[in-house]
Amino acid sequence: MIRFDHMTKRYEGGRDALRDISFEIPKGELVFLTGQSGAGKSTLLKLLALIERPTRGQVIVGGRNIGRLPPSQIPRYRRQIGLVFQDNKLLQDRSAFDNVALPLVIAGMHPREIGKRVRAALDQVGLLKKEKSPPRTLSLGEQQRVGIARAVVSRPGLLIADEPTGNLDPELSLDIMRLFKRFNDIGVTMVIATHDLNLLDQLGGKRLVLKDGEIADHNLPGGVS
Amino acid sequence: MHPLRHYFGLHRKNAVEAFGELLQKPVATALTITVIGIALALPAALNLLVKNGQGIADSFEGVRDFSVYMKPGVDIDVAEKLAGKLKAKGTIASVRLISADDALAELQEVSGFESALGALNTNPLPHTLVVSPTEMATTFQLQDLGRELQNQPGVDQVRIDTEWVERLNAILDLLNRSVSIAGLMLIAAVIIIIGNTIRLDIQSRRDEIEVLKLLGASDGFVRRPFLYEGIWYGLLGGGFGMLIIILSAGILAEPLETLTGLYQSNFALQGFDPATIGAMLGGGVLAGWGGAWTAVSRHISAIQPT
Repeated sequence: MIRFDHMTKRYEGGRDALRDISFEIPKGELVFLTGQSGAGKSTLLKLLALIERPTRGQVIVGGRNIGRLPPSQIPRYRRQIGLVFQDNKLLQDRSAFDNVALPLVIAGMHPREIGKRVRAALDQVGLLKKEKSPPRTLSLGEQQRVGIARAVVSRPGLLIADEPTGNLDPELSLDIMRLFKRFNDIGVTMVIATHDLNLLDQLGGKRLVLKDGEIADHNLPGGVS
Repeated sequence: MHPLRHYFGLHRKNAVEAFGELLQKPVATALTITVIGIALALPAALNLLVKNGQGIADSFEGVRDFSVYMKPGVDIDVAEKLAGKLKAKGTIASVRLISADDALAELQEVSGFESALGALNTNPLPHTLVVSPTEMATTFQLQDLGRELQNQPGVDQVRIDTEWVERLNAILDLLNRSVSIAGLMLIAAVIIIIGNTIRLDIQSRRDEIEVLKLLGASDGFVRRPFLYEGIWYGLLGGGFGMLIIILSAGILAEPLETLTGLYQSNFALQGFDPATIGAMLGGGVLAGWGGAWTAVSRHISAIQPT
């Protein structure tokens, strides 16, 4: 599903955020990306979301070298992945329903179909009753769940989450991670960046540990060179 | 559902949402619309003015009468004799003699100077011959005739009545071109105003645009609501401009009627014709769309999530 091949990302100014990274994540895998802040976790996720481009080497997702994707193809690519953010990035002037509906509206789906899909997604995260609420009236945990519903509503094959529990207390964090696990169980490939090591022990999944822009440790099934 | 209907449905949704966006900030929207309305009303009003002037000038089309003013104190017999001589000419269709007394009476009737005129002891007006040439008479013949009459005993002045119409036409031609220039400049101003308004709007919704792009929205998707916003500004501005003109025309109608009445013209004030309405609303929409386009084409693709 995902393959990094001798990939280096150098930011302007000459600092290597990631250096000669190679690994492979099979389809349907749940991978936790860990490491201290500054280790390159966010950069790796940005490369997967095509917010950043590799300086050298390849990033291959679903068989395509996305590092070479022309800018006009980026929106189409992003519609095929789900993104979850630490600060959830919900639009505050719209209801939970409208937030979750956004990816489908962007994809040009018919309103009737959108309604069905959005309610199904909100149901999956346990917030069907709060569809009309604006995000700020919801608790942080609930907001993050709306963010997850938005990420999965278009049924992407790949879900990327950057510190999704970074703003939550341990109990809520476990809830959120269990939610991710449920989506992983139905076959969604997941890459979740987190520094919350306690959680990982309870959840299983694979690990990819970054340190100073390089892979320090991993238990991915082969493919890492 | 038919894909085309779905497509138009999306556009209608964009248009409605863009309108809602304007209602979110009523004061700013009202100010913008007012400025656009004034900018559009100015050239349209000038255009109407010129067109109405043209109407006045046209109502005198084909009139080539000229007036022969006798010297004050010249006896009416002299004027009558001259009238008889003129009638005999082949180039003259008719001659009407307005005696000084008749002229005074007429002036009192139409001009509202009764009291001032009543204060005069003597009639200051001369006898006048209103000479109507035949259709056949050429301009040269009339000019010759004018010179000839000038030298007749008892004649004070020969005045071609339509001279002022020619002058008016020349002024109107000048005005017409000025209106075109002013119109272009003001349309440019509207484009800039709307472009700048939309640009500020894009900046204030930067976070939202970033989120949309992260969720896979194309530039085209992000652009569309802003383009509709521009179209609304233009349309509402055009409508407001029309309101300004209708009100102005209402205020001007009565004095204008009095004025044209003095010139014995059967002129009627021309209000809005479909072409002007179309030009104002269509011009507004085009300028709105164009202005929005100048903003979105530069600023939307520049916003990228980081």
